[in-house]
Amino acid sequence: MGASIALTTPLTDAVIDGLKVGDHVTFSGVIYTARDAAHKRLIELTKKGEPLPIDLTGQVIYYVGPTPPRPGAVIGSAGPTTAMRLDPYTEPMLELGLKGIIGKGGRGPAVREAIKNHHALYCIAVGGTGALLNRHIKKAEVVAFEDLGTEAIRRLEVEGFPAIVVNDCRGNDLLEEGKLQYRTSERPIPAVKALGG
Amino acid sequence: MAIREIDAAAITDAVAKLAVEATHFLPEDVEGAIRSARATERSPLGVQIIDEILENAEIARTRMLPLCQDTGSAVVHVEIGQDVHVTGGFIIDAINEGIRKGYGEGFLRKSIAARPFSARTNTNDNTPGIIHTEIVPGDRVKMLFMPKGGGCENMSRYQNFLPGMGKQAVIDFVCETVDMSGGNPCPPLVIGVGIGGTAEKAMTMAKHSLFRKIGSRHADEEVAALEDELLEAVNALGVGPQAVGGSTTALDVFVDTYPTHITALPVAVNIQCHSARTKEAIL
Repeated sequence: MGASIALTTPLTDAVIDGLKVGDHVTFSGVIYTARDAAHKRLIELTKKGEPLPIDLTGQVIYYVGPTPPRPGAVIGSAGPTTAMRLDPYTEPMLELGLKGIIGKGGRGPAVREAIKNHHALYCIAVGGTGALLNRHIKKAEVVAFEDLGTEAIRRLEVEGFPAIVVNDCRGNDLLEEGKLQYRTSERPIPAVKALGG
Repeated sequence: MAIREIDAAAITDAVAKLAVEATHFLPEDVEGAIRSARATERSPLGVQIIDEILENAEIARTRMLPLCQDTGSAVVHVEIGQDVHVTGGFIIDAINEGIRKGYGEGFLRKSIAARPFSARTNTNDNTPGIIHTEIVPGDRVKMLFMPKGGGCENMSRYQNFLPGMGKQAVIDFVCETVDMSGGNPCPPLVIGVGIGGTAEKAMTMAKHSLFRKIGSRHADEEVAALEDELLEAVNALGVGPQAVGGSTTALDVFVDTYPTHITALPVAVNIQCHSARTKEAIL
């Protein structure tokens, strides 16, 4: 395994072009948080033709609902949530200019295709390492939907936030390739379940 | 035997403490199993992920940050000695009060939505807990606490098979469930399997088995052998840590069984993530 590739946000097409599945990357700069409830609202605003609270052009969305910060802390534990739950919202977000997504677990076939078509990137952070990831978040500020609590949209300033490229802009899928590489079982491979938490 | 009185307030305090400790301190057996997996994992990327998981446990412990932002549904299994009399309140209320206190004072995430199919308003205190009670001999109260994350819980599965389908049906079902779940439940996993009883009995056994220590085996030899066989079959799937591919898909598989109806072979699978958080207290 090679060293990490340092990325700064927003992401450019050239940077995305140079990344492939299995690359270990780090994000520095601004990323935005959004989960199920925030995505639902963003898509509703778009459908009504109303302006969005954030400009998604070239941006990175992190699927996370952090724990409350202790007094004086920037944020609490802040690891990724299951990305597949956000599959129904992903293509419309990419159409709005979103270029990078950080979550955990795999994406359905339609989202993989959309990521390829929009020349974007899906990465995973290690699920269940919210304490470790906390240390890479230097600033957090709620910028929309405060009433959603943990699910509000937050603007995070991150430094060296670690992630792994799972879907690159050429349509490759790390999870599919990895399973085949290490599988010693003769069982047929079923599709990953389109549910999640 | 004399009746022993236990104050409801003591139960509340114990539950609050369990909630905070369970969400911050990875059990030793789990951390040990993850360390062992690091030595055998074939995927370099898998090893790197395991290293991050171990570092996370260290940071959580030393800096008092929850191991995972999903501090779960509060699952509490209570064994109540039949010679115990709870005074000063109703035991279920006392447990929920403990959850409220622990999740509030411990800065844990409140993840419970009221009205599941409609408004989904957050209850803002992580209550109500998922509380199972069991009457046992003796004069003590034992509480098993599990902050159960959504990612793994949502991958639970139940199916009833034809009675004659036997062991192979169980192995195929467990493997298919793990394969289909991919990275969603945060592998490496701990897998609970309940076989027999009725639908709810099977799932309760599957969940309850997740309180067992990694590496322990069922007292019944035949069941213990099935646990070994399932662990080997699951780890042959290649899912690996966080599903990036690898030889460590599960840290362990626990099976429990119960006699069942002549027409049935109920099988339930309840998955636990690598942050296999449990903690017990005895009053």
